[in-house]
Amino acid sequence: MSDLEDAATAERAASGEPDAVHHHETVVGTPAARAGASRPEHEVPLRAEGVLTDGGPDTVRFLDAEGNRLQTDEANAPYAKIVEDMTPDDAQRLYRDLVLVRRIDAEGHALQRQGELGLWPSLLGQEAAQVGAGRAMRKQDYAFPGYREHGVAWCRDVPPENLLGMFRGVNHGGWDSNSHNFHLYTIVIGNQMLHATGYAMGIQRDGDVGTGDPERDAAVMAFTGDGGTAQGDYNEALVFASVANAPLVFFVQNNQWAISEPNYKQFRIPPYQRARGFGFPGVRVDGNDVLAVYAVTKAALDAARDGQGPTLIEAFTYRMGAHTTSDDPTKYRSAAEVDIWREKDPIKRMRGFMETKGYADATFFDQIDQEADELAARIRVACQQMPNPELPTMFDDIYVEPHPVIEAERTEFVAYHASFEQEGAQS
Amino acid sequence: MSEQKLSLAKGLNSGLRAAMEHDDKVVLMGEDVGKLGGVFRITEGLQKDFGEDRVIDTPLAEAGIVGTAVGLALRGYRPVVEIQFDGFIYPAFDQIISQVSKMHARSLGNLKVPIVIRVPFGGGIGAVEHHSESNEAYFAHTAGLRVVACSDPADGYWMIQQAIASDDPVIFYEPKRRYHERSVVELDESAGAPLGLHDARVARQGTDVTLLAYGPMVKTCLQSAEAAAQEGKSLEVVDLRSLSPLDLPTILASAKKTGRVVVVHEASTFLGMGAELAALVQQECFYHLEAPVLRVGGYNIPYPPSRFEEEFLPGLDRVLDAVDKSLAF
Repeated sequence: MSDLEDAATAERAASGEPDAVHHHETVVGTPAARAGASRPEHEVPLRAEGVLTDGGPDTVRFLDAEGNRLQTDEANAPYAKIVEDMTPDDAQRLYRDLVLVRRIDAEGHALQRQGELGLWPSLLGQEAAQVGAGRAMRKQDYAFPGYREHGVAWCRDVPPENLLGMFRGVNHGGWDSNSHNFHLYTIVIGNQMLHATGYAMGIQRDGDVGTGDPERDAAVMAFTGDGGTAQGDYNEALVFASVANAPLVFFVQNNQWAISEPNYKQFRIPPYQRARGFGFPGVRVDGNDVLAVYAVTKAALDAARDGQGPTLIEAFTYRMGAHTTSDDPTKYRSAAEVDIWREKDPIKRMRGFMETKGYADATFFDQIDQEADELAARIRVACQQMPNPELPTMFDDIYVEPHPVIEAERTEFVAYHASFEQEGAQS
Repeated sequence: MSEQKLSLAKGLNSGLRAAMEHDDKVVLMGEDVGKLGGVFRITEGLQKDFGEDRVIDTPLAEAGIVGTAVGLALRGYRPVVEIQFDGFIYPAFDQIISQVSKMHARSLGNLKVPIVIRVPFGGGIGAVEHHSESNEAYFAHTAGLRVVACSDPADGYWMIQQAIASDDPVIFYEPKRRYHERSVVELDESAGAPLGLHDARVARQGTDVTLLAYGPMVKTCLQSAEAAAQEGKSLEVVDLRSLSPLDLPTILASAKKTGRVVVVHEASTFLGMGAELAALVQQECFYHLEAPVLRVGGYNIPYPPSRFEEEFLPGLDRVLDAVDKSLAF
């Protein structure tokens, strides 16, 4: 990352900014500027009606809709080397992730429709955004998701079955966050952005930033959507992270819709452009281009681990499905719009790229499809066989230390239920 | 010399210092807690001695303070958050209720967030709006939180250390109008804390009526008992100290002993701590009671402009009036 560091220093020198504010280094600008390409951000007007289907000239993109490798341009140039360094194996792994994640999601949706789950929030269309981001993380990095981040969960090795418990109503989160460095899903929009920020402040206090040790230096990723950018917690997180120069990447999946409300009802300035106002760089990436998302996230995480502070990434993507299984998007958006985005499908693009490049043959693609079928079957069985929780366990772990009210209620509850069993035995 | 005469403010300050010396994962956060030492100087001198990484001057955003404290706690720290005034806690209400209180349970016991949220509370200082509130019932109502209130310098010194040592989140109320009142504090750690964090304390023995109070009203009740004694009435004063959980054995023992209970707090009475205490006492001591449990509290209006507060807040006259009503049953 020494190139980025030099560029940042040079930029500050050119702008006459002081080298450091208090004891933190402050770098403001686009990541592209941080990498040496100095240029203004483009104005990206939000349409008064409907949604944009293209992120505009600032969008970092490497693949076109057919998967052809695009020419290097101002936006993607700072990240080109990361993509060029990727091997066919890397591409195969990303492709596998995309397909399996889509299949996990489809199975979740199907299980809800079959009555096995109470709700499912689909990530359909956002696979590349999540896989690109998730695979750019290192083991010691930590992710704070919203509730649609099934693809990031996959990248953090959370068994997909474990995501189902909360949607089946047997728990509020069925995995140990610290075993995967993947926090529980957070349903109150934006709450987790502050948790991510505080966690990153803890990493700083542990001295795990900027040591140069790739096994030690750590960063945090905070996930939310376009709707989340309106929340107070989101904006406070950006303030706190900026002031602390925290090792953090804010990853906004702009899927164009916050349930029924399009971007223009959420903001007048796109999220990536707002980052600068908070004092750190923002970048918009084509969220349906897994190579671009991977490269942009990797650069941001490297900078964060290196002590260069936060970055905001806006992954410009689309929620192909409903908000959740309880939603009906036909009431608020047109089929034509969905059709436009279907053409930008992230899996189709990646497959086109790999075929053009000769990175994989038909056997590989068939194998992945077969693996997806097996994974789906495994998830289905696990869901159907997931036991209901033992009733008294609802009193478990309310407090770490003993609590007289909880203990008394548990005792009373157990005795109450036992009284029915005794009645049954007597009759 | 391990005994010192300290103010409540100094007791808290000394307790925070001891906790920070004892565990380097303890960090203080809040508005102006660093160089200034907080608007009440409770953290005075701590940033100088422990550094800016451990005494963090935060941006002015309460949700941000509590939300980042959650993240720090998840990373293994023990954040002690100062909310500048009681009435400023509401921006953080969502983080406290939705996240802090539920984190341990929703993670099936895998995660804990040992956060202390310090709240200077109550009125009586002639302050402007939003600076005199008693919002303890909101938090005591919420499972997953522990809620305590200190009333004197010794409790300030010991309870803050116990709250920080607790693996559960604690809402820690400090009676701001008593910050500068002084009494003798035993600072010798070898003897250990005189009471547990969730123990109530019989502050004055009596036989005729029990006064249940906490925070700023403990002194008011002790003064009331003193005045009543001159009229030949023997009042027992119980300092609850812990509002969630309640120390029921101590409370009920006193209620059974006197048969008459008056709850005194600054908060409005409707659905306040007094309502819960009245329900529990009548449920557990029904045949011991000589009178219904009475409540003396703030009126059920927003905290009024300070020119009203002497009449809004329970004082000796209103407490003794309730005592007389109880005795008249």
